[in-house]
Amino acid sequence: MLKKFTHGTIERNVILLSVLTLITVSIGGLAQIVPLFTVESTIERVQGVRPYTPLELMGRNIYVREGCYACHSQMVRPFRDENERYGHYSLAAESMYDRPFQWGSKRTGPDLARVGGRYSDDWQAAHLRAPRDLVPDTVMPAYAFLDRPLDYSGIEAHLRAQRALGVPYTEEMVANARADLEAQARPDADASGFSSRYARARQAAFDGNPQRVTEMDALVAYLQMLGTLVDFRDVTPEQLRQQ
Amino acid sequence: MPTKIEKDAISGQMTTGHEWDGLKELDTPMPRWWLWTFYATVVFALAWVVIYPAIPVSGLTGLSGWTARGALPAEIAAERARIEPMLARLREATPGEIAADPEMRAFALAGGRGAFNNTCAGCHGAGGQGALGFPSLADDDWLFGGKLDEIQHTIRHGVRAGESDDQRGIAMPAFLSTGMLNAAQVNDTAEYVLSLTGRATNAEAAGRGEALFSENCASCHGERGEGNRDMGAPRLNDRIWLFGGDKAAIMRTIAYSRAGVMPSWQGRLDPAVVNMLTLYVHSLGGGE
Repeated sequence: MLKKFTHGTIERNVILLSVLTLITVSIGGLAQIVPLFTVESTIERVQGVRPYTPLELMGRNIYVREGCYACHSQMVRPFRDENERYGHYSLAAESMYDRPFQWGSKRTGPDLARVGGRYSDDWQAAHLRAPRDLVPDTVMPAYAFLDRPLDYSGIEAHLRAQRALGVPYTEEMVANARADLEAQARPDADASGFSSRYARARQAAFDGNPQRVTEMDALVAYLQMLGTLVDFRDVTPEQLRQQ
Repeated sequence: MPTKIEKDAISGQMTTGHEWDGLKELDTPMPRWWLWTFYATVVFALAWVVIYPAIPVSGLTGLSGWTARGALPAEIAAERARIEPMLARLREATPGEIAADPEMRAFALAGGRGAFNNTCAGCHGAGGQGALGFPSLADDDWLFGGKLDEIQHTIRHGVRAGESDDQRGIAMPAFLSTGMLNAAQVNDTAEYVLSLTGRATNAEAAGRGEALFSENCASCHGERGEGNRDMGAPRLNDRIWLFGGDKAAIMRTIAYSRAGVMPSWQGRLDPAVVNMLTLYVHSLGGGE
C-alpha cells in the first residue's frame, strides 16, 4: 500500500492531487481562522479604550498611507527589555478598534505603540518635517509635505464604514464627525460636546498652527494618543488574563 | 518520455527513468542525516505544542502552563530585587549627596545614561547637544539653571507641561498677533535685540527699539538682555539661540512667540531615575 503512495502516484492522479492540496492549504487556513473565534476570550477586560476621534482616525489613515508600519511596529512584546524601554506590553484590547491593526513585524525605527505623550507636539511636527534636524543619524525620510490641508470630506461615511466593521461609533458621533474633527485641531474651539463623546482626547494645534486643519495635525494627534488610553495604574493582574 | 529505470554506471545510483536528449536524471535520495534531522524537528514541534501554548483554545494551551505574560512579572521582580538596594539609596538621597558619594555617583551616571538615551535624547540629542527649538544640555547656557537641584526640578516638573505649581508655565506673549506691537515695532525691537550682540543692521531702527525693548521685554529678559532663570527667559546678549538668532527668526519669535514644551517626568519615572538623570545631565558639560 505505502509502496504505491509515492510522488509518482500523486502526480499522475489529478483528483488525488487536488484533494491532498486542499487538505494541506486548509491546515494553514485554519491556523489563521481559528484564533478569530477566540477573540472574545483574548481581549482583556480593561477600561479606557475608546474609538478613535475623527482627527485621530484621519491621522491613522495617513500613517497607513505613508507606510509607517513598514519601519515601525505597534506592539510592545512581553519581554523585560521591551517593557523597560517602551512601557507596559501591548494588550489585545488596545487594538480592538483597529481596522486593520498596525502591529507590524519590522523595526527599522522604534516601536510606536506607546509613543503618545513621550514627546511634545512641536517635537513630533518638527521631527516629521525634518527628522535629521532632531536626530542626526536617523534614516527616516522627511514628511514636510504633510503641512497641506487635510481632506476630510468623507469623514462621516468613514465613521459609518468603521461602525459596519464593529467599531462602536454612535449616531451622535457620526453626525458630529466634522465638527469634532475641526474642534480637536483648534485649541480655542468649544469642545464640550467633543470631550463628552471622546474621553481623554486632547485638543491642540498639533502642527503649531490653529488656523487650519492639516494632515500634520491629524498624524500628530494620532501619534500623541497611541498607547495612552489604558491607565495601567488601575489595571489589576486579573484583568490582564486572557480567557 | 520515461525510459528504462536503470543503474547509473558512474555514481551507482538509480535513474528516475526521465531522459532529455540523452541526459538522464539520477534519483539520489535525501542524505540520511538531513532526513533524520527533519523528522527530529517534527517531533520537536509536536512536543512543543503539547508543552507550550500553541493552540488558542481553553484547555489546549500547553501542559506546562507557561505564558510569556505569566513569566514576565517574575523576571522583572528578580531584576528589581537586584538593583533595588541601590535604587532605594538613590531615591532617598538628594542630588548633592549622590554627587558626593563615589559609589552612588558612578551608579547614577551609568543608569542616567541609559535613561537619558531612552527618555531625553529624542529632543535633547544623544549627547545633550540639543537642536533648533530644543535646548542644549552640554553648554553653560541654562534657561532654568544648571545646578543639581535646578536640573532635578526641571526634570520633575517639565516646562509648560500643564502643571500649575511654579514659574515653568510662563509663555512669552505673541506681540504681533495680540496687537501689542505693530510690524514696524517688531522690526525695531528685533534690531535692538541684534544690537545686544553687536549685529544690528540698522542702527537707527535699533535705537527706536531700545525703548520698546525696555517697555515690553526687559521685565523678563532683563534691561541688557541678560535673561532671567526664575521664569526661564533666555539670555539675549549671548550668541546661543534656542529658536534661531538671525533677524528673521528673532522677528518671528517676537511676533508670534515661542513656547517650547518639556513633559513633566514626576510620576512617570521612578524618583531614583530622576536623580540619576539629574546627575547625568549635570555631567554633560554645563553643570554648575
